[in-house]
Amino acid sequence: MKKKFNLEDLDCANCAAKMEAAIKKLDGVEDASVNFLTQKMTITADEARFATLMPEVVKVCAKVEPDCRILL
Amino acid sequence: MTKKQKKELRRIILAGILFFLMIIAEHTAGKLIPEVSGTFPLRRIIFFLLFLIPYGIVGFSVLRKAVLGIGHGQVLDESFLMALATIGAFATGENAEACAVMLFYQIGEFFQDYAVGKSRGSIRKLMEIAPEYANLIGEDGNAEEVDPEDVPAGSILLIKPGEKIPIDGVVLTGESLLNTAALTGESVPRSVRPGDAVISGCINGDAALTIRTEKLYEDSTVAKILEMVENASARKSRTENFITRFAKVYTPIVVAGAVLLAFVPPLFVGNFGEWIHRACTFLVISCPCALVISVPLSFFGGIGASSKAGILVKGSNYLEQLSLLDQVVTDKTGTLTEGVFRVTSVEPAEPLTKGELLYFAAAAESASTHPIAAAIREAYGKEIPLSRISDAEMRAGRGILATVDGRHVMAGNEALLMESGIAHKGLNEPEMTVVYVAIDGAYAGSIGISDVVKSEAAGAVREMKDLGVRQVVMLTGDRKSVADAVAKKVGVDRAVAELLPEDKVLCAEKLLEESAGRGAVAFVGDGVNDAPVLMRCDVGIAMGSLGSDAAIEAADVVIMDDRISKIPKAIRIARKTMRIARENIVFALAVKAAILILGALGIAGLWAAVFADVGVAVIAILNAMRCLRN
Repeated sequence: MKKKFNLEDLDCANCAAKMEAAIKKLDGVEDASVNFLTQKMTITADEARFATLMPEVVKVCAKVEPDCRILL
Repeated sequence: MTKKQKKELRRIILAGILFFLMIIAEHTAGKLIPEVSGTFPLRRIIFFLLFLIPYGIVGFSVLRKAVLGIGHGQVLDESFLMALATIGAFATGENAEACAVMLFYQIGEFFQDYAVGKSRGSIRKLMEIAPEYANLIGEDGNAEEVDPEDVPAGSILLIKPGEKIPIDGVVLTGESLLNTAALTGESVPRSVRPGDAVISGCINGDAALTIRTEKLYEDSTVAKILEMVENASARKSRTENFITRFAKVYTPIVVAGAVLLAFVPPLFVGNFGEWIHRACTFLVISCPCALVISVPLSFFGGIGASSKAGILVKGSNYLEQLSLLDQVVTDKTGTLTEGVFRVTSVEPAEPLTKGELLYFAAAAESASTHPIAAAIREAYGKEIPLSRISDAEMRAGRGILATVDGRHVMAGNEALLMESGIAHKGLNEPEMTVVYVAIDGAYAGSIGISDVVKSEAAGAVREMKDLGVRQVVMLTGDRKSVADAVAKKVGVDRAVAELLPEDKVLCAEKLLEESAGRGAVAFVGDGVNDAPVLMRCDVGIAMGSLGSDAAIEAADVVIMDDRISKIPKAIRIARKTMRIARENIVFALAVKAAILILGALGIAGLWAAVFADVGVAVIAILNAMRCLRN
């Protein structure tokens, strides 16, 4: 199951790459991509796990790029 | 400009004014303050505190991020390194420089942000084919604006003049001209009438239409295209993967270099402060942002430029392959040729005229549904009253016999005339199917019918060769004589004929082997029954497939109209994109390397380092945006 999220204030391309790497490392995430240009994030994971996964995604993203917000 | 950018700009301006006031103060009133008071470096501390004001104003966001970064263990974060470098400059007594560097860094970041915002804007413009609403006609006959995603298949939609068609469908009422430019890059409008299929993303001309939707929005052409363009950046090219890997090691290496530079040379030559100052330049240069932004941006621009021209590229990797083509393998029917039969030669026997010959043949064939009969009728172009024709009789595998205006007409292949013992002139045109006509038992002439070679095919093949494609090969299931004739006309290097669909894959595999180590192999087909070959080759190009789901699915590159001349165009865009991406890599690395060396030698200061970081990023972004233009 693939889900798309919009990102706000994603200012640095290197941070986008770091966020992508950090999300991919999360347990339960099959694939993730953060698109700096379209400011969109795609996460592939088991549908049932999204609810528990998203707070973790938000947390790791805040670590990498505190200004960037994920619009859930 | 966004709110955040405006706030940032105000800070930069305020800090800039304060900074210049401080500089003036330092050079005038500064002299009045004693340099030291006792052992206390009075003047330096006072100006440190004064310069801290503009520094704090402009650098607040960087410092905040740096502190948050340390808390999260992100020590190689750009903000942290920037903060460290400027604090290092303060520590070595370079108050004005520390403040100026932060100021210029933020100005650079501001421009970078602005440039990225602009590029995002131009990319979004490409995406403007997305419909915002649909006018759904309810049971009461009134139209209501709804979200296209909520329209079930089979609904009736009203398309007002100038509106976008939101969902693929069929015209029920109305006649209008559709502008397909956003989809195909073709500026000539297409006329539609009831019964015609229309594709979402086209813009309606000046008459209202009603259509019945055939699909859901998410299965419509426009949604598929948008998804493809958005996902294109997920399929990364080798160049992008290289940059990502490079960026991962680049920062730690430069930071390690900074640490070494700060502590090792002073052990031998002393002057600790000077070496720390030099190390700070390393820290500023250590961000790989210019590369990390500009290379994917170049590819995105290239993909955007292609889609503007009606060429959809599904990933940066395919753009890269397109720039490296060694062979182009093409299908014949529908790719190099129009894929429809047309009359290409009319040779009447004395005393008939061309028009008369066509008239008799068309009349005789008027009852037939065979594509050849249709081609003859189309060539004649006028409606023939059925009352003029009688006694039509089909002879399977031979042709047709009919009475037209009281005269006995026979139209068919050579065998038909030979059986009736009619002497005729044989036509030696291998690529044509010839219909021989006899009237009242005497030979009346011949009509040649063939699948016409596209007018731009030969030019496109020549252009591909000019662009460095080594070999253009045509694969076809058609007869050898037809294949050779077309090959000669179009100028392909090799033609392989009489192939079954599975033979085409084997043939493509051989060509792939041939190209191994030399470059990529592209296959061009109409996507109807060549999906296996499309998938097997390095780049599968489907053309003329607007609205054909199977082709959009199987191909890597989709050409929205059926113009083969789009292939050299795609190669050109790909080449330009690769060139710009390479320019950016070389430029950014060269500037960074030069400033690193000059910085280590103490020639380049923090100012140059800031330019190597954000200045280079801005220039690289502007360069990358050239990919969008063509």
